[in-house]
Amino acid sequence: MMTMGFGRTLRYQREADPAWADGVRRLPGCEALFRCLQCGTCSGACPLAIYMDFTPRRIVALVREGFHDDALACQTIWLCASCYACAVHCPQQIQITDLMYSLKREAIRRGLYPKRLPIPVLAQEFFRMVERRGRSSEFWLVLRMALRTNPLVLFSMIRTGWQLLRTGRLSLRRERIDRLEQLRRELAAAREAG
Amino acid sequence: MPAGRYLYFPGCSLRATGVAYEESLRALFERLQLRLEELADWNCCGATSYMAIDEGAAFLLSARNLSLARQQDERCDLVAPCSACYLVLRKTQDYAVRYPEIRRRLDQSLASASLTPLDSVKVRHPLEVIYNDVGLEEVRSRVVNRWRGGRLACYYGCQVVRPYEEVDRPHNPRRMDELLEAVGVPTVEFALKTKCCGGSLTGTIPEVGLRLNYILLKEAARKGAEAIVTLCPLCQFNLDAYQDQIGRQSGEPLDMPVLYFTQVLGWALGAPPEKLGLERSISGRDLIRRWFSVRSPREAYV
Amino acid sequence: MFEERGILPCPPDGASRIGVYVCHCGSNIAAVVDVRAVARYAAKLPGVVVARDYKYLCSDPGQDLLAQDIREHNLNRIVVASCSPHLHEHTFRHAIAAAGLNPYLLQMINIREQVSWVHEDRRRATEKACDLVRAAVRRVRRHKPLENLRVPIHPDVLVVGGGIAGIHAALTLAGAGKRVYLVERQPSIGGHMAMFDKTFPTLDCAACILTPKMSAVKAHPNITLWTLSEVTRVEGYVGNYRVEVTRWPRYIREDLCAGCLECIEACVYKDAKFPDEFNLGLGKRKPIYLPFPQAVPQVPVIDPSTCIQFKTGRCKKTCVQACGERRAIDLEASEKVERIQVGSIIVATGFQAFDPARMPDYGYGLYPNVYTSLEIERLVNSSGPTAGELLLRDGRRPSSVGIIHCVGSRDRKQNRWCSRVCCMYSLKLAHLIRERTGAEVFNFYIDMRTPGKGFEEFYQQLLEEGVHFIRGRVAEVTDWALDPSEEGKLVLRVEDTLLGTVRRIPVDMVVLAVGLEPHRDAEEVRRMFNISCSKEGFFLERHPKLAPVSTFTDGVFLAGCCQGPKDIPDTVAQAGAAAAEALALIDTGYVEQEPNTAYVVEEHCSGCRTCISMCPYSAISMAAQDGQWHAQVNPVLCKGCGTCVATCPSGSIRQNLFEDEEIFEETEGVMAYV
Repeated sequence: MMTMGFGRTLRYQREADPAWADGVRRLPGCEALFRCLQCGTCSGACPLAIYMDFTPRRIVALVREGFHDDALACQTIWLCASCYACAVHCPQQIQITDLMYSLKREAIRRGLYPKRLPIPVLAQEFFRMVERRGRSSEFWLVLRMALRTNPLVLFSMIRTGWQLLRTGRLSLRRERIDRLEQLRRELAAAREAG
Repeated sequence: MPAGRYLYFPGCSLRATGVAYEESLRALFERLQLRLEELADWNCCGATSYMAIDEGAAFLLSARNLSLARQQDERCDLVAPCSACYLVLRKTQDYAVRYPEIRRRLDQSLASASLTPLDSVKVRHPLEVIYNDVGLEEVRSRVVNRWRGGRLACYYGCQVVRPYEEVDRPHNPRRMDELLEAVGVPTVEFALKTKCCGGSLTGTIPEVGLRLNYILLKEAARKGAEAIVTLCPLCQFNLDAYQDQIGRQSGEPLDMPVLYFTQVLGWALGAPPEKLGLERSISGRDLIRRWFSVRSPREAYV
Repeated sequence: MFEERGILPCPPDGASRIGVYVCHCGSNIAAVVDVRAVARYAAKLPGVVVARDYKYLCSDPGQDLLAQDIREHNLNRIVVASCSPHLHEHTFRHAIAAAGLNPYLLQMINIREQVSWVHEDRRRATEKACDLVRAAVRRVRRHKPLENLRVPIHPDVLVVGGGIAGIHAALTLAGAGKRVYLVERQPSIGGHMAMFDKTFPTLDCAACILTPKMSAVKAHPNITLWTLSEVTRVEGYVGNYRVEVTRWPRYIREDLCAGCLECIEACVYKDAKFPDEFNLGLGKRKPIYLPFPQAVPQVPVIDPSTCIQFKTGRCKKTCVQACGERRAIDLEASEKVERIQVGSIIVATGFQAFDPARMPDYGYGLYPNVYTSLEIERLVNSSGPTAGELLLRDGRRPSSVGIIHCVGSRDRKQNRWCSRVCCMYSLKLAHLIRERTGAEVFNFYIDMRTPGKGFEEFYQQLLEEGVHFIRGRVAEVTDWALDPSEEGKLVLRVEDTLLGTVRRIPVDMVVLAVGLEPHRDAEEVRRMFNISCSKEGFFLERHPKLAPVSTFTDGVFLAGCCQGPKDIPDTVAQAGAAAAEALALIDTGYVEQEPNTAYVVEEHCSGCRTCISMCPYSAISMAAQDGQWHAQVNPVLCKGCGTCVATCPSGSIRQNLFEDEEIFEETEGVMAYV
């Protein structure tokens, strides 16, 4: 006997957090969020929209109403490639890309993503690498990301790696800037300033 | 600005997967008698990753670079060939102007590291440097080699035309096309000139990233292009390095050269092929050899 | 009458008998200001005979109270402390005038907007109200009786613009027996409405309902119709406008032409060769042409930029031959300037359509089969370039059509406003296209705006006709084909927000529902008529709710889309309203102006002319008397802004209702405790 899995989708007002929505709106670039007409031009222009669980337009609607659980747990923010097509097409001139960044930041800060999802892991590795050396290395970044998420994927990258190696495009060098201390002081000062 | 001299911000990619871009850029600028002086002790721009973790830190990385540039030579503009670096530097400047709070924090952080406060260094991209500072007529007059290759599709990518329009306009940009046509290279018009290649998604979520690049390659070919020419190292890598995988998945084999506009322009203006990094391409190597009369691989590869 | 005036004498104490009235305004004032205390305070001020507080002074009993007190107590000055003079100064002036007191012996002060509505502290608010009352009591002693100025109104009217708005206004006025000059820039009247095929929601044929009105204009003895003409200069003031109209040469005499059109047939250009403006470049015309078949006047026009005779001087002039003995063609004609006098002006200059080349994402001008809605109107019109057939540029019939709403409207990068008519006309076009071609039609909208009479019913009818309605704003129109079914088509990428998915919809033809915006020369036109534009650039009405057809310049009225986007029924209604207001002016015969105007004390004027350049209303001129030049203020043009009064180096310009003494008394009164 075949069964259908029935779920229940109902949103209670207690799940909506207007204070959180207001907080998002106060971030630089997100001021215009509440102007959204829900016209969908952003999703129509977004090259990744067809892969997302919530299109950009729906993310704006969720954020506006304060449904932060959905907004932070979605696939959308990780698929966003920051191509700015949405922001440039939006008739209300809403900087949707900045909204996506702010959601990414909050999700990473609060650990709200699958541990092995490559994108936030890549971002974090990048962050650490630049903090430590002032420069990034593509090879070591990809390696570290793969080791943290799914080492098997390295096998599928072997051929590309070989092609990059033989054309001199695979640099194993770990570059460092000279005045690393200066950079570290800056970043520390930035963190203190909040 | 002292005529023909620019500060140069290579960015991390141009020292690794994008090394051909740096080589051809230098060769091209040499042919145009423009000087590039590397920004001393530049740090990574943070690209899209930093902004996803900490906004303040992301702006700070650029603020340090801009500050170093001003210190090194306040008369020169700063040229950033990589689209991500270009955008991040421009955005930092723009947001520092529009949001005084951001400016204040940046100035504070910079002061604590004893760098000069953030100032307005002009951030440029090589495409518009050649288009605006040299000009089509001048480029046309310096042609040395006549193009014997196929038709090219100019692919601009996203971050260099959005959201800032100084390099070129976001819909149907034409500057790269015009420069190439000025040196006798036929181009094709296609609707996907600024459709994102997916950036790092080819590495993190291949089923999505590869499809985005498949779409670009396929449409360029459908419109009659035999090769793609681009101006971003990540776009070049995405379009260049995965063609056999894409070909296998789609059942439509591909072997299209993906070139930097600096390679094509440089060659037309007489730069020796071995200085243009042409042998660094992964796809379309036969066509490249034929079009650019590259000699045997061992001689060409330095 | 102003010449006898010298320095104002202060009435000897005891001569002023002042009544002070403090209004509660319900609880608007009384909730914050202790109005009884203010009245008690006022009663003790010198010169005050009566001081009262009252619940609603503006009401009939309130006004009666004023009148009664004036009579009983022989009051000769009144102070009213209540709401804003904007609202009720004229009410109280009328009230005291009805009781026999000169209306300008009133001083009204605002203790609502300036006190009770902006302060919370009761004690201090009451003190402030008392200060203001004290100042007013001192000031009003210096008021002198003044008379309104009467300006006669010339009965003729100028209507600028010959679209449906101008036509309707002209016919209404002419029908009321007034002489109307109707000036139209194009060679024919009819405006945009003449270009439409059918009109929503009844699907009446636009030409069928418009052409009888156009003929009526031509035939009416009271209407002087000047086409190919433009107003180039306006001088004067309400009731007395002097207007210059420049008439461009048609090169064919309207009074001699019989409308046989043989000259066009005979033109040396056997085939039409030049882009046809009326058909928006979709069709062709000859250098000598009639703009459209129902043109009024039914007289061809010659375009000197394409006519061989004008360009080279060597043409066989077959047109002249064909005209024969009538000799209606006059190639030597030149522009003429007509000078007329009118009392009122109705500006009905219409709109211009948004140019979608400003939105490159929609591919207008890049892909051949992207059209504007106006272009489609011409294509489906049976007197259009394709005789009513909807065809693509290569002559094929489209099997699928996409109509994109809100092009250039509701967009911060283009025009912010909603253009009001596009949803309805897009529905209409969807219906016509489906009816004519059977093509699959997709309407892409953000909201469906169908507020008028019969509009929602029209939308429901369209739903039943099988038109696809997709709620989503199209992001881009490209020729990017992902599979064979998309080859050769224009692909619209859009998020269908109702279905919740991104869709790619290939169509043969794209129709852009372009919005309405002000004409590109609106700024120059508005200056000529001395009216204002709103932020969006449309001409500004006096009040958005209560005075939609008048402007801040008396005697100049607005009608139609030049004031804001609207459909034909609203345009006609507004044109009728503008005509009615003009008629009210004319039939009254005069206009009364408030005498708060500046005047020159000639003995003191040195003739330095400083005031003339400062006056924003060009109301001051020089006049000679006994060999001496002195400045003279035209009280009709003067708006009482006070600039000349402040500027005059010798202090010889003064202003009624704002005499120095009046102002000093008020100022000192306010600061008495400081």
